[in-house]
Amino acid sequence: MTRRSLSAACAATAVIWGGATFADISPADIVWEDEVAIPASLNGVPGDPVAGADTVSSRSAGNCLSCHVNSAMPEHDFQGNIGPPLDGAGARWSEAELRGIIVDAKRMFPESMMPTFYNNNPDDYIRPGEAYTARAHNPETFSTLLTAAQVEDVVAYLMTLTDW
Amino acid sequence: AVFSSTAFADPHPDAELIIEGELHIATRAEPPEHLGGVLPEIYSGWLFRTDETRELQMDDFDNPGLLFAERGEDRWELAEGTANQSCADCHGGVDSMAGVRAVMPKVNEDGELWSMQNYINNCRTERMGADAWGWNSEPMKDITSLISLQSRGMPVAVKIDGEAAEYWEKGREMYYTRFGQLELSCANCHEDNWGRMIRADHLSQGMSNGFPTYRLKNATIVPLHQRFRGCIRDTRGESFAEGSQEFRELELYVSSRGLGLPIEGISVRQ
Ligand code: HEC
Ligand code: HEC
Ligand code: HEC
Repeated sequence: MTRRSLSAACAATAVIWGGATFADISPADIVWEDEVAIPASLNGVPGDPVAGADTVSSRSAGNCLSCHVNSAMPEHDFQGNIGPPLDGAGARWSEAELRGIIVDAKRMFPESMMPTFYNNNPDDYIRPGEAYTARAHNPETFSTLLTAAQVEDVVAYLMTLTDW
Repeated sequence: AVFSSTAFADPHPDAELIIEGELHIATRAEPPEHLGGVLPEIYSGWLFRTDETRELQMDDFDNPGLLFAERGEDRWELAEGTANQSCADCHGGVDSMAGVRAVMPKVNEDGELWSMQNYINNCRTERMGADAWGWNSEPMKDITSLISLQSRGMPVAVKIDGEAAEYWEKGREMYYTRFGQLELSCANCHEDNWGRMIRADHLSQGMSNGFPTYRLKNATIVPLHQRFRGCIRDTRGESFAEGSQEFRELELYVSSRGLGLPIEGISVRQ
């Protein structure tokens, strides 16, 4: 089973909150509030802020520091300044808003340069590639930039950033 | 943003590109009218690099790109192909190529938009009876470096009207297209955010007047289309091929954003 058909199968499974069965909410099935926020967790599991910090700083995961300064991570050199600093994000935004911003920032900030981290539909892009190879994407394996769990971890981490 | 101090936010305020202590090459110019005021001034990418990298370009012995041009001199004289002729046999001294780099790419007799590489390969296959050189091949790097050097200091003067207009329009459209899974256009980085940092990279205005470039990271000459490929790759996008119609159109448009900036011959970038 390919990754894509696997996740399609999972998405078809009923999500039972607090129950034993769980599946990630696929990008197409997200329920938005006021067009910009997502109240429900994407995977039903509380995010892990420690793992979230790794996802934020890692070049191969969120690579958020390519565009954002985060004073809480002075150990990471070369923080970009394309977007605003992440400092205080947890105080400025609700959890649901942060989830919405990570999933699809262009809803909160129209035309934003910030990438859409949770969309697995290659048809929404112009010449999507196979990661950073400059080659054409493979429709069978094209996936979101972050997994549902990674999005939840990043949101949990951002909620800890209350100082600015 | 806290890190956007002037040290990062701007090109070098007063550095001057003076080669071998005598040849002054302007690195700033009035923006061309067609830009409609989106850039206050146009800047060479040289102004955005570190002191060390900038210095390498001020000394022809330290600039590793000059070695390519030196090899190009031998190739210029080398008779090849079924016609057993060299570039020099028809063109004479390479100084006859002065000004050529500044007007490339340009529309040929058949109405097609050609880059310098296309003209060179046309001479090879149609006039010399020799094999075409690959776009990024060593001989092509050598000869384009040599030819570009002949226009050192001459302002970019590509033609964008008349027959060139339709190609220019297409290149312009590409420049503003948000490619790849990261949905980033050339303009997102080089028009909206020049002067800012994207991780460790200080974003320039993405001008092409420095090409071909000796890139320290690659330890070789990087032709312009290879740079385009790298920038599109960084959008998690599918690139066009070097030498493709699309990249020649983009080359024309990008060059036109730098109308008036002098050709640097062979620049050095990190
Ligand atoms: C390519 C650039 C880029 C990347 C990569 C990026 N962002 Fe952003 N981000 C922006 C920009 C630009 C804005 C400002 C919104 C706008 O466009 O006006 C922004 C806004 C935000 C905001 C709202 C800021 C505020 O408080 O006002 C948050 C939170 C945020 N980003 C988090 C992240 C996280 C977490 C990641 C990585 C998972 C990330 N960003 C990756 C460019 C980026
Ligand atoms: C994600 C950001 C990003 C995007 C999108 C991008 N570039 Fe770049 N580009 C860079 C960086 C970083 C560099 C190296 C530093 C510099 O010169 O700006 C660079 C360098 C260049 C250079 C070399 C400038 C010099 O003087 O050496 C050119 C030319 C260029 N880009 C053109 C383009 C074009 C054309 C596009 C669209 C197809 C594009 N770029 C898209 C980030 C980007
Ligand atoms: C048999 C004659 C001949 C040979 C050999 C030859 N060329 Fe040409 N080349 C021409 C002619 C004729 C033209 C078109 C007229 C012109 O622009 O000078 C031309 C045009 C060019 C142009 C475009 C100039 C412009 O302003 O449009 C370049 C660049 C060029 N040649 C490079 C080379 C190189 C490099 C070589 C060797 C690898 C070479 N040529 C070998 C005859 C030749």
